[in-house]
Amino acid sequence: MVKINGEAKEAAGRKLCDYLKEAGYDSRAIAVEYNEAILPKADYETTILQDGDVVEIVCFMGGG
Amino acid sequence: MEKQEDCLVIGGHAFHSRFILGSGKYSLQLIEAAVQDAGAEIVTLAVRRANTKEQENILDYIPNGVTLLPNTSGARNADEAVRIARLARELGCGDFVKIEIMRDSKYLLPDNAETIKATERLANEGFVVMPYMYPDLNVARDLVEAGAAAVMPLAAPIGSNKGLATKAFIQILIDEIDLPIIVDAGIGKPSEACEAMEMGAAAIMANTALATAGNLPLMAAAFKDAIAAGRKAYLAGLGRVLTRGAAASDPLTGFLHD
Repeated sequence: MVKINGEAKEAAGRKLCDYLKEAGYDSRAIAVEYNEAILPKADYETTILQDGDVVEIVCFMGGG
Repeated sequence: MEKQEDCLVIGGHAFHSRFILGSGKYSLQLIEAAVQDAGAEIVTLAVRRANTKEQENILDYIPNGVTLLPNTSGARNADEAVRIARLARELGCGDFVKIEIMRDSKYLLPDNAETIKATERLANEGFVVMPYMYPDLNVARDLVEAGAAAVMPLAAPIGSNKGLATKAFIQILIDEIDLPIIVDAGIGKPSEACEAMEMGAAAIMANTALATAGNLPLMAAAFKDAIAAGRKAYLAGLGRVLTRGAAASDPLTGFLHD
């Protein structure tokens, strides 16, 4: 299982870019933290999700 | 003599507007009108977990040329603030960051000690750091030392629209700190924004005052005018206040009686 934004997902073995696309994320609008380190966008293509990975996907929202 | 331009300089960047606009608690469709009517050149944003159902990107609604100021809201300590700031930079907003660290969700008061730590770390990483803080002169001096580009004292609790509750302490910061003092949080009315500017504040940050107004773009315009008026009054130098008595404005000779 891969923990993505706090939820366990059956995503092990898949490329991060494929997961993002299928889940409906716009990769231009997000930043990804992969196992506590920021993942450069260029690495979305080469990163293969593994069991136990922790992924945070964030974006900007309205705020003060 | 050429009239000198009155700019707000933060971390080496010059701005003509002294109104920093929040983008929270109102619809994306209103942001462009709010930015335009406020004349704002800096807009704050929050960083949150992305929801795939939320397809709209707030950046599409912010006019080009506006400087984005992501905040670290949600951070409970310096580590979390640093993490959020780095993610914000990865989102492609530039190097500005407003540090916001809160330990409780009831009063949302900033944790000054953690804010100093986060300021130092982020300034060392090249961020233009604008810390939101509880107005305390010692803390403000520590923030200067830590590399802050501006200091953002609160006027009243966030979202309260209660005005300049900390007025005397903000004045001390304005008088003693050699960085822009930007009054953030609690300003509810244009008159309060104007008063803070008359005191010598460098800029005003407002969000809830607009988001909860009857007509948001019109209130943005009202704040713009009030901030500009307060700035002019500060530059002009306010007239003195008598401790007692009166002083005639009219000539004291030539009366129509003996």
